[in-house]
Amino acid sequence: MFGYSLSEVGNIFVMQGFSGLSLFSVLLLMALGLAVIFGQMGVINMAHGEFMAIGAYTTVLLSNIAVSYDFVQSYFVFAIIAAFIVAFIIGYLVEYGLIRHLYKRPLDTLLATWGLSLIMQQIFRSIFGAKEVSATLPDWLLGSFKLTPNIDIPINGVFVMVLTLIVTGGVFVFMYRSRWGLRMRATVQNRVMAGAVGINTKRVDRVTFALGCGIAGVAGAAFTTIASTGPTTGSLYIVDSFMVVVLGGTASLIGTIASAFGIAQTQSILQFFMTSSMGKVATLLTIVVIFMMRPEGLFSSKVRK
Amino acid sequence: MNSLAKKLLDGREGAVSLALLAAIILIVLPLLLDPFRIGLVGKYITYAFVAVSLVLLWGHGGILSLGQGMFFGLGGYAMAMFLKLEASDPISTKIQTTPGIPDFMDWNQITAIPWFWQPFQSLTLTLLAILLVPTFFAFIIGYAMFKRRVGGVYFAIITQAITLILSILIIGQQGYTGGVNGITDLKTLLGWDIRTDSARYVLYYLNALLLIGCIMLSHYILSSKFGMMLLAMRDKEERVRFSGYDVANFKIFIFCVSAMISAIGGAMFTLQVGFMSPSFVGIVPSIEMVIFAAVGGRMSLIGAVYGTLLVSFGKTMFSETYPELWLFLMGGLFIAVVMFFPNGLAGVYNKYKNKIGFLRRLSESDKETPTVAAPVPANSVTAKPQGETA
Amino acid sequence: MSNTDFVLAIEDLTVSFDGFKAVDNLTMYIDKNELRVVIGPNGAGKTTVLDLICGKTKSSSGSIKFKNLELTKLREHEIVRAGVGRKFQTPSIYENLTVYQNLEVSYPIGRSVWGSLTFKRTEAVTSRVQQVAEEILLQDMLDTESALLSHGQKQWLEIGMLLMQDPELMLLDEPVAGMSAKERDQTADLLNRICKNRSVVVIEHDMEFVKKIAHKVTVLHQGKILAEGTMDKVQADEKVIEVYLGH
Repeated sequence: MFGYSLSEVGNIFVMQGFSGLSLFSVLLLMALGLAVIFGQMGVINMAHGEFMAIGAYTTVLLSNIAVSYDFVQSYFVFAIIAAFIVAFIIGYLVEYGLIRHLYKRPLDTLLATWGLSLIMQQIFRSIFGAKEVSATLPDWLLGSFKLTPNIDIPINGVFVMVLTLIVTGGVFVFMYRSRWGLRMRATVQNRVMAGAVGINTKRVDRVTFALGCGIAGVAGAAFTTIASTGPTTGSLYIVDSFMVVVLGGTASLIGTIASAFGIAQTQSILQFFMTSSMGKVATLLTIVVIFMMRPEGLFSSKVRK
Repeated sequence: MNSLAKKLLDGREGAVSLALLAAIILIVLPLLLDPFRIGLVGKYITYAFVAVSLVLLWGHGGILSLGQGMFFGLGGYAMAMFLKLEASDPISTKIQTTPGIPDFMDWNQITAIPWFWQPFQSLTLTLLAILLVPTFFAFIIGYAMFKRRVGGVYFAIITQAITLILSILIIGQQGYTGGVNGITDLKTLLGWDIRTDSARYVLYYLNALLLIGCIMLSHYILSSKFGMMLLAMRDKEERVRFSGYDVANFKIFIFCVSAMISAIGGAMFTLQVGFMSPSFVGIVPSIEMVIFAAVGGRMSLIGAVYGTLLVSFGKTMFSETYPELWLFLMGGLFIAVVMFFPNGLAGVYNKYKNKIGFLRRLSESDKETPTVAAPVPANSVTAKPQGETA
Repeated sequence: MSNTDFVLAIEDLTVSFDGFKAVDNLTMYIDKNELRVVIGPNGAGKTTVLDLICGKTKSSSGSIKFKNLELTKLREHEIVRAGVGRKFQTPSIYENLTVYQNLEVSYPIGRSVWGSLTFKRTEAVTSRVQQVAEEILLQDMLDTESALLSHGQKQWLEIGMLLMQDPELMLLDEPVAGMSAKERDQTADLLNRICKNRSVVVIEHDMEFVKKIAHKVTVLHQGKILAEGTMDKVQADEKVIEVYLGH
């Protein structure tokens, strides 16, 4: 096929598959954050990409400090945690200052958060400059290892994947096994009753939003292992993340994961065989068509309307 | 005021507002501004088409489309294709490898006009394409979405994705669409040079008149029972469905109308400005046009025009002198309008107009006279007191 | 059995949500010009039955025939146009329109896109609105914004909106909830009048009110019919007493 031998095609699929996996990981982390917020509050945060950028810039900052103080090999894990915390805090403040006033108006929230994203992008530009910046990655993240003589797996790709699995697992545990997660789910399912039994639904919303932003921050940290960061980096993945949420639904974690996986893989593979832009077009078009055929998403269960 | 005039002009108050707007854009501005600036205002007026379409779709229909750029672009590119073909006659392009085809096709080693460009050799077909292709597009999208009860946030995001698809497609297919640079170097419309100053004025007036025409058409739609039902559907969709209305059809119709109006704007843009590019098709321009409508007043057709003019002026002024400040301002504008001025400038006007004598009398003269009860004399004991709104 | 005599024939109707059977093999027949009241404890499935008839919820199995027309295959607005009117539990009127406009909107002409664009307020429309307004005792409030009506008046307005459509089957979900005693009496009169020309199915909890209007009563419990008959018969039924007062 296409002038490649069968084994070569197999290798290509595996390698594209892995490059797709890095994309998948970042996408999944972004979509997780979005899905948590959207599922909880019906709010779509157009500035979500900028929260990812916050995480990325935090990592870059810490990387610069690490270079000056010579602990490049060990700073990265701290950077990830820091990215989460910074994004979480800023998300908390944003919810308090902006989002909570707009709960009954999801369309207006779209517009307000778009405005927020413009402002945030400009802040990045003013502080970090318009050019892209990179984090200095520790040695153990660089390079690749040979799975077989013909297949090269980049280490950072594997790291990002593992990170994503940990975060996804963490979210699962948090949502389904912790007290706070219980409060969150109660508020989603029946806000009035949750309030009536003493759950501070406003606090829950705030924490949920901040959590979603924090996860985006981690996505940003992961992102620095793949590419450099600029003020508009956030908008790279935002539409794709929306598509993941739209297709996968917000009801189940599995839906989000499967959706992210499907979209990332489709895009990687299509982009290999067509030009980069046509591959993107084909992927998006496929998603839109699938959505039009099954608007309730691929994974939602039938609920009494 | 007879009933047709009432419907087209939105009552006495609406007629005065429209007359004022017409006076400003048809008389005042051309007197004050030089040809270059008039060209700029003409450009803004083409954006106003989209803002007006959003007043119908979003303000009244409650449907937020983040992809009106796709219709603006479809109309604009249709016109651009016609004008480009005219500008690429064999004589002016004789230095090309293949004379008689647009320059960007030549650069991409294309040797003949592609099949989907052929119809744009005729002005009639081009005009039909401007009116019908975007409408058809909107019909397909609307049918797929509204019949399945997709609305709100999902619809907004999908329109955003579709407009992204279109813009990537246009950019990627350089040979067929001119790519990221767009279609440029447009010269004449059926032999008439569109680049001269006098042409600029003529096109400006054409633009303004078409816009006023679209506003009147929109008034007609909104003042009919359709308009009332649209508002009812926005606020209580289920109820309307259970009154025997097929809600999806109404939404599809207004989406198609909004697409057509936006497309006309796009086509006029190409004529007025002399080129068309994908930077007017994608996500960012689409959402900017939403802010025009939001600032002017999402419920007010005339307000939307003022909003477009104001924000566009602001953008041109600021992004030259203080480009960084502009993005902050624009972001802030989005937030401020949504939080504090949901009905935009028109909303502010409506709140305070009753304080000014003649404005109040004007708007009250439009209030519907009692429909069935006999008129009650003003000095009768049983008359209800006229409410004085603060 | 031929169904042609019944206005509404529900047979073996079932709907289940994730395994829970809200309505379980229900069979019920409504005559022409009958006023049937459906009662039962909360969660018995009463509102769900109305939802199924008017198309708001899709059934899992069974048939609903309205004058021999199978309703389970139609969409909500088609069911309305066929002659079925539904009033919801909480008053669902157009708050920012006047009483007149609320009624006019429900006029059964001009409900398509083209029809509504070209709709003209003719003498026929105005007089019908006047007529219905008198039925629902709101003839003096035609120019009042409906948000300003009392709760009871809003309920009447919604009934009026249904009357404008001149349905042959009216479904009323708790029409007197929140009404004063006098309003309840007026509503009872209203319902007794309107069922002279159509069939009406009412869900209610107020037993005094039910007694005033019901020709026949159906008691639902856990999605099934527990008892059916005149009010006296049903009130004396042991199963009914147990379900309402027991355990």
